[in-house]
Amino acid sequence: MANDATQSIHDPATAGEDQYLTFILAEEEYGVDILRVQEIKGWERPTPLPNTPDYIRGVINVRGMIVPIIDMRLRFRMEPMEYGPTTVVIMLRVINEDRERVMGVVVDAVSEVYSIGADDLQPAPDFNSRIGIDFVRGLATIDEKMILMLDIDTLLGPGLIASEDAIAEGAPA
Amino acid sequence: MSIDMAQFVDAFLEESFEGLERMETELLALDGGDPETLNTIFRCAHSIKGGAGTFGFGAISEFTHGVETLLDRMRNGEQDAAPETVNLLLRAVDILRAQLHAARDGGEADAAEVAEVRTLIEAHLGDAAPPRDPAPSDGSEEGPGDGNDDGPRGWRIHFRPYADLMRTGNDPLRMFEVLAELGRLTVHCETDRLPDSAEAFDPEDCYLAWTLELEGDATGDQIEEVFEWVEDECDLVIEPLEAAPVAPDESSAPEPGAAADTPARPETAAKGSGGSARGAESSSMRVNTGKIDALIDMVGELVITQSMLTDISEQLEEDPSQMEAQIERLRTGLAELERNTRELQESVMGIRMVPIAQVFNRFPRLVHDISGQLGKQIELTLKGEYTEIDKTVMEHLGDPLVHLVRNAVDHGIERPEARAAAGKPETGQVTLEAYHRGGNVIIEIRDDGKGMDADRILAKARDTGLVGPNQQLDRHEILQLVFEPGLSTADQVSDLSGRGVGMDVVKKNIRGLGGNVELESEPGKGSRLTIRLPLTLSIMDGQLLKVGDETFVIPLIAIVESLQTLPESVKQAFGKLPLYRLRDEYIPIIDLAALFGRAEPSPLPERALLVVAEADDQRVALRVDDLLGQQQVVIKTLETNFRKVPGTAGATILGDGQVALILDVAGIARMAAGRDTRAA
Repeated sequence: MANDATQSIHDPATAGEDQYLTFILAEEEYGVDILRVQEIKGWERPTPLPNTPDYIRGVINVRGMIVPIIDMRLRFRMEPMEYGPTTVVIMLRVINEDRERVMGVVVDAVSEVYSIGADDLQPAPDFNSRIGIDFVRGLATIDEKMILMLDIDTLLGPGLIASEDAIAEGAPA
Repeated sequence: MSIDMAQFVDAFLEESFEGLERMETELLALDGGDPETLNTIFRCAHSIKGGAGTFGFGAISEFTHGVETLLDRMRNGEQDAAPETVNLLLRAVDILRAQLHAARDGGEADAAEVAEVRTLIEAHLGDAAPPRDPAPSDGSEEGPGDGNDDGPRGWRIHFRPYADLMRTGNDPLRMFEVLAELGRLTVHCETDRLPDSAEAFDPEDCYLAWTLELEGDATGDQIEEVFEWVEDECDLVIEPLEAAPVAPDESSAPEPGAAADTPARPETAAKGSGGSARGAESSSMRVNTGKIDALIDMVGELVITQSMLTDISEQLEEDPSQMEAQIERLRTGLAELERNTRELQESVMGIRMVPIAQVFNRFPRLVHDISGQLGKQIELTLKGEYTEIDKTVMEHLGDPLVHLVRNAVDHGIERPEARAAAGKPETGQVTLEAYHRGGNVIIEIRDDGKGMDADRILAKARDTGLVGPNQQLDRHEILQLVFEPGLSTADQVSDLSGRGVGMDVVKKNIRGLGGNVELESEPGKGSRLTIRLPLTLSIMDGQLLKVGDETFVIPLIAIVESLQTLPESVKQAFGKLPLYRLRDEYIPIIDLAALFGRAEPSPLPERALLVVAEADDQRVALRVDDLLGQQQVVIKTLETNFRKVPGTAGATILGDGQVALILDVAGIARMAAGRDTRAA
């Protein structure tokens, strides 16, 4: 799993810095606010839900709680990947409309923990793509790597929860 | 207040609301001033006053004081329990309820109404009572109600505690200290009760009595407040000092400030504590101590079983040769564990169970009020108030029940003249009864009113197109039509049928709780509504079944029957909609895998397994691959972390830790009918 040493490009104690947990999707690196990470689990087969978009894989039992599992590759319309023993599910606390939900996202692997100041985040460019980018909090560059920092409340927000597919294509009938 | 009172305030408010309900019930039951009932009512008011004073809800305490005084006079026989007095007290209960709500939620009770009722109470108490200061008019032991607005210049207090005053944690010294803050206090101690010999002296008894003189502008209220907690444990006489005027300007200088402060401070306190009190309100409940004790016993048993199992595992390690015997013990232990777990589960669920009286209690008042307005004579009988029901179910039951009882009173029971003409007693009977039957709670609302005319309901239903011209319905079916939206919302029908509007809403609400409602009625004899509710919302009996690779749970209560198809009974409509002919009925066959988007629709095999299920009076036949066992399942909602998923009524966790979806038969029927795959 992840390299557990906290790497930071700045002094971690500096105020105004947020810590991000990053994960890998098809060799690209993405980050989420580490304070929202509840736990990291291995992949287990979820129970599928009827008539939901393909990226909603279903629900699993996390200590008696029913938690939906979302495949990030499918969510971003990337090539699907076979789930294997190294496939990882990050449990995130998503806050919307004063409600907190716990959701699991399937990623290729967990990568690092970085401390990044708000000033070091560049606004996301116009991707000119059909993928909405309102869930990108900003871009950071670390060791020449680009990392997309995600706003999970938007990414996993009402749009995704609603039965209508948030991204252009509709749910499979 | 130096300690955080918020938690006590919550308890006070909760108890006060209960006290008010009690007052209301007893007031309605008050027949000609039965002293025991009056005492009960008085005690409720007294506790509210005391608590309100303690927690700084000055307005409430002040208002209750008047109520209490009136009640005291009634119980002393100085005042009649005339209907108008009872009605006034009922209004006072309403005011108090509003005030308590305001205290909890941080609002304000309607000041004009408070003042109006207060004035009425004071008028009842007699002209001697000065308006807006009911304190000196207190007619009980506290002294003559002859206070004028100038008030006495001081008070004489005869305080003779009973022997065990100090055992209850009260300390006269501390009370005197508080009194001393109200003015100049002179204390005379009376030692006449002291025993003669040392042998007879119990150091924990209180033998002393005191006469205190308090000079200053303290009000009778303030003094009473000091003795609030010992009132029942002493002889107390508070009387105004005669003609002992102290220089008013000088000594009263700090007093008016304090007096003016009294009403002001409590109000801010009420606002301050409102927020926190409200937050906790919905999430707390009172639990019978017996239930908690039973739970503790069970946990005790569980611990014993656990240590027994540990012991077995140790023995197995030490002496594997005894394997057979130990395995036998292990089996016994596991059986014990299973029993413990089941009992524990039942008990924990039982904690959520509350007596239905909490809903029923509002009805005597409701019936009293409505029948008064309508000029009807109605006797309401409550039965089985201690039947227990899940707290959540109960919270949602209130509105539908109010509606049904209101209907019974409003439309069911006839006016006295009409009843007399029909040869019935003038007083109509409405009965509200709750009881348990086979895992359900049954609530019946019966009246001996005019009942319903099935022919007219049917005629109306045919008019509105609800029932086709050639459709034949039996009497029972016709009566159930009142729950149909098209029929019951039409105003005209409410007169025709003797039932009011909104029966469809009632049915919907009760359905929402997983229950059912049925109507029986006989013209001229009355009606009976039967509500059937599940004991709890969180556990149900389920049938496990397999569709493809997946396990689903279907509520056992929804299953009509399970069967293997007979080829000759499978019919097709439009070439692709399979129907199954079960006796005289055609039931649509639903391909669950296809409906849930799991697989392409597949043709029905020669001998398929069908589960015929019913919901909302609609039957569907679900095609399943296998029937597994039946078991109790704990219902978990998908909405906690996701949203409602059409076709499912939540999920449950199976023994192996896997999640299984619970099928919502009504939702599936809707989906199949309209291909409605979107969120409901």
